[in-house]
Amino acid sequence: MELLFIHRLANSLKNNFMAKKTPELNTASMADISFLLLTFFLLTSSINTDLGINRLLPPPPDPEHKQDDVRVKKRNLFTVLVSAYDQLLVNGRPGNIKTLKNEAKEFISNNYNDPGLPEKELTYIEHIGNYEVSKGIISLQNDRGTSYDMYITVQNELTAAFNELRNGLAIEKFGMAFGSINFDCQQAIRTAIPMKISEAEPRDLGGRK
Amino acid sequence: MGRFKKDEKPKVPSINTGSMSDIIFMFLFFFMVITTIREATLHVRVVEPVASEVQRLERKALVSYIYVGPPINVIYGTEPRIQLNDVYANLSDVGEFITIERLARNEIDRQFLTTSLKVDKNTRMGIVTDIKQELRYASSFRINYATRKGEMFRN
Repeated sequence: MELLFIHRLANSLKNNFMAKKTPELNTASMADISFLLLTFFLLTSSINTDLGINRLLPPPPDPEHKQDDVRVKKRNLFTVLVSAYDQLLVNGRPGNIKTLKNEAKEFISNNYNDPGLPEKELTYIEHIGNYEVSKGIISLQNDRGTSYDMYITVQNELTAAFNELRNGLAIEKFGMAFGSINFDCQQAIRTAIPMKISEAEPRDLGGRK
Repeated sequence: MGRFKKDEKPKVPSINTGSMSDIIFMFLFFFMVITTIREATLHVRVVEPVASEVQRLERKALVSYIYVGPPINVIYGTEPRIQLNDVYANLSDVGEFITIERLARNEIDRQFLTTSLKVDKNTRMGIVTDIKQELRYASSFRINYATRKGEMFRN
């Protein structure tokens, strides 16, 4: 009798808690919904990584404070002029865009201490030690008629000159490329080879708008 | 004998599509992470010039964009126009635009606000120089010339 009771109890428990099967959810439409979301995001978004050449503009000239032109020795100046017809005038002579980078590198580094190329100043830089920092400045001037494409090409070549010099110094001092050394060392190299590209106040010469 | 009955049609088991949605969701999250929502509808045609010495623009929240190029709709002519946000603008609007952009940012971050110039490569430098002058007077000195990455002298 007792045995039968226990058996019944067990059966009822089984019926109440175990035998009930949860019905399966139909998830077929879930994929459709997520596809819909996916297409929505594909349409509204774009994979544009913003790349570009970074520059720092100089503050505007102060009209009250008389601009006394900072005299720069001729040997310390490397002038690049881009005409309205996209021609180059490098240091007063017609230049070629393909040799511009190497000319700029030669100018900045002045490896043989040529008296016609920029002066150097021995400075102590942390992580590097004593280094002869070049006083060279690259002056870039363009015309209103210069094409943007040419302007960017020139900017790119000048940036490339500095980047290659920095890379070379990084390999010489730290044995690694500029991009893979730590921030402090990068800062040290930035002080050793400062990117001095000065842009002159704009003027209108070519007349081609 | 009875073991070899053949009149029962073989049933193809139904494929469980439950994991399909998971896979699609994975795709969705992947795309959400790698893409950005378009910041403006372009009204000017911008074909960026190619450069090799490019740097990535970090902290996109601190970048404001100025588009310059010939209008896409020809009824506005072919002269390069400036586009700020979603509308054509004049040169004199640039300063105000920068002020508004700056006010929209956190006070600490304002000094890091970068202006990205997205200029069509066939534009003349005149308009770009004018914008640069406006930016100088608006004290927004950090600029970025947007370019595509590529080798120079491809032609």
